[in-house]
Amino acid sequence: MNKLLLSLTAALLALPGVAFAAATGASSLKANPYVTIPIFLIIIGVTLAVVVNSARKTKSASDFYTAGGGITGTQNGWAIAGDYMSAASFLGISGMISLYGYDGFMYSVGWLVAYITVLLIIAEPCRNAGKYTLGDILSFRTNPKPVRAVAAIATVSVTTFYLTAQMVGAGKLMQLLLDIPYVVAIVGVGVLMVGYVVFGGMTATTWVQIIKAGLLMTGAAVLSLLVGIKSGMNPLQFFNDIAGSTNVQDHVKLLPIYLSELKSGTATMDAGQRFLEPGLFLTNPLDQISLGMALVLGTAGMPHILMRFFTVPTAIEARKSVIVAMFIIGSFYILTTLLGFGAAIHVTPQGIQQIDKGGNMAAMILAQKLGGDISPFVGDLLLAFLCAVAFATILAVVSGLVLAASAAIAHDIWVNVVKDGHADQHEQVMAARITSLVVGVMGIVIGIAAEKQNVAHLVALAFAVASSGNLPVVALSLFWRKMNTAGVIAGLVVGTVASIGLVMVSPNMTYPDKVADGAKAAYLKLEADIAAGTIAPEAMEKTQAIITAKRAEESANRGGTSMLGLSSALFPLKNPGIVSIPAGFLAAIFAALLFPNRRSEEMFDEVYVRQNTGLGMAKAIDH
Amino acid sequence: MAQKTYDWAAIAKDPRFLELHHKKSRFLFGWWIFSSIYYFLLPIGAAYAPELFKIQVLGRINFGYVFALSQFFVSWGIALYYAKVANRDFDRMTRELVQELG
Repeated sequence: MNKLLLSLTAALLALPGVAFAAATGASSLKANPYVTIPIFLIIIGVTLAVVVNSARKTKSASDFYTAGGGITGTQNGWAIAGDYMSAASFLGISGMISLYGYDGFMYSVGWLVAYITVLLIIAEPCRNAGKYTLGDILSFRTNPKPVRAVAAIATVSVTTFYLTAQMVGAGKLMQLLLDIPYVVAIVGVGVLMVGYVVFGGMTATTWVQIIKAGLLMTGAAVLSLLVGIKSGMNPLQFFNDIAGSTNVQDHVKLLPIYLSELKSGTATMDAGQRFLEPGLFLTNPLDQISLGMALVLGTAGMPHILMRFFTVPTAIEARKSVIVAMFIIGSFYILTTLLGFGAAIHVTPQGIQQIDKGGNMAAMILAQKLGGDISPFVGDLLLAFLCAVAFATILAVVSGLVLAASAAIAHDIWVNVVKDGHADQHEQVMAARITSLVVGVMGIVIGIAAEKQNVAHLVALAFAVASSGNLPVVALSLFWRKMNTAGVIAGLVVGTVASIGLVMVSPNMTYPDKVADGAKAAYLKLEADIAAGTIAPEAMEKTQAIITAKRAEESANRGGTSMLGLSSALFPLKNPGIVSIPAGFLAAIFAALLFPNRRSEEMFDEVYVRQNTGLGMAKAIDH
Repeated sequence: MAQKTYDWAAIAKDPRFLELHHKKSRFLFGWWIFSSIYYFLLPIGAAYAPELFKIQVLGRINFGYVFALSQFFVSWGIALYYAKVANRDFDRMTRELVQELG
């Protein structure tokens, strides 16, 4: 049971990973290539045209990293939304709602609330005090070389975790939807991503993100409209349709959590209504609070999100961009609810799980079904459009990540640490381009190498590192007079190491002994069923085969240990934030107090006045 | 690159800057704490007060759904309110300060 939940959560977090591996067998979900390929070609064509156009304008380092600071607030808002809404939120959350109802909706809330932190605490001060990277903000009143080096390592680790999850997800998704080999899918996505970033820099990346956000919102809105029409555009009727669906009721009645509620007498007798109540999926409140902390603080510490605020000319535009992004992202999650519940009504949870156990394909099947109700061609068209949306989504997110990682390496390490800041514009742009190429190729290689790995926990890990390592030191640098070099380095190192360390000993890892226990429980149950005579004779052969397979699985895993040699998890939560975030803050504060630095304290006035007023701001255009 | 050097410590002690700083800090951290508490009430309430979340308020729609949906509107509300106050007060105070130093 626990095992099942784990793998489902895992599947949800990084989308494909586990779930797609399990999604073998009869699949009725196939995109029609005669419709899909032209739509893909149009998207690739449009984005490449954008790249050619932006490449001409990308001459200086500030053009490359921040589009010359010439992005408007509204454009940046759309780009932030495009940068942020990954395929996991689009497909994973609608799937979670379609299978577990209310909990999926509750899960989506934190992803929007996170932007309050970005808006109130981070966006404007960063615009006023920063230039291209996290290292720029942190090195202002500290010893720049060690701080930049550590900041770059933190940035690269966060982006690598996130990028790996996205690349593997992209490969599995394209493999499933387009029926192409995994490696081809990864290389295809990777080449486009490298092309956008290397030639078009921030300008091209921004426009790819804007286009993607527009496509995603269009897809979600059209599909939601179709769902709404089916329920007469009446919210009360919509909820009646969900709870009244006998398929939803049957699905809930078979959920282990519902069965145990029935046993303890706490269950809502109306199984359909139970679908609209909390607790079918998210059963550990501490883990949710921990994830909530990582989202609320981690989003503001994500290097690729931070970087977006350097692209606007003023703090006022930075503020406007967060507000625009919040309306797009919030509306998107509300539409996602309609898609998830709509899929539960019209595709049924059973139909969704037939194609993918984790529910990741719910929105896709819904598109095919509702479009198909109008005409088969509309069904193909809608499905193809959603495939293209998923594709554009992946491209937009991975491009933003490659750009952020490259900026950290080229700008912080190469230009400011190795070259002491002595590099002319031409050299800086060359360094940025070469680094982007290398980072992109590494992304492709890691994506291919990680095909069989469980990458699901990497998204949670990226948010954990961003919230425990990056955010505490950024916030303290901006708002605390006594913050200094020791504080930044201690905070970054402790926050990052604590997050990674706790995840390595958490239930996210595979513990072969636990797998063996699960396999044993499964075959014992089947054997008991056989003994009790509840297995139909025609299913006997299949059941025996499953028992043999489960016995083999048990013996293969029995006595094995996790990557770190553990037989079970040491840390009980999947999300380390609740421990690692305070650890990051405390380490930074203690180190800063232990090794006080006069110069850092004296310079606080300058930082504080700058970030509040924008005085003396290094306008990106001035470079 | 700044074309002009400023006496940062003097600006930091300027009464108008101090007023801006106090107003802004109170507003930003106050609303941030409010929004965080409001958000964490959702997972905490769902886990520890499920009976409350199950109360049906409108047809099949229960309190839990309304509360989760309210999170979106509360976040948007805070964002818009901040934009309004910042555009009206903080930006004006900053402009006056910067012009004087100009």
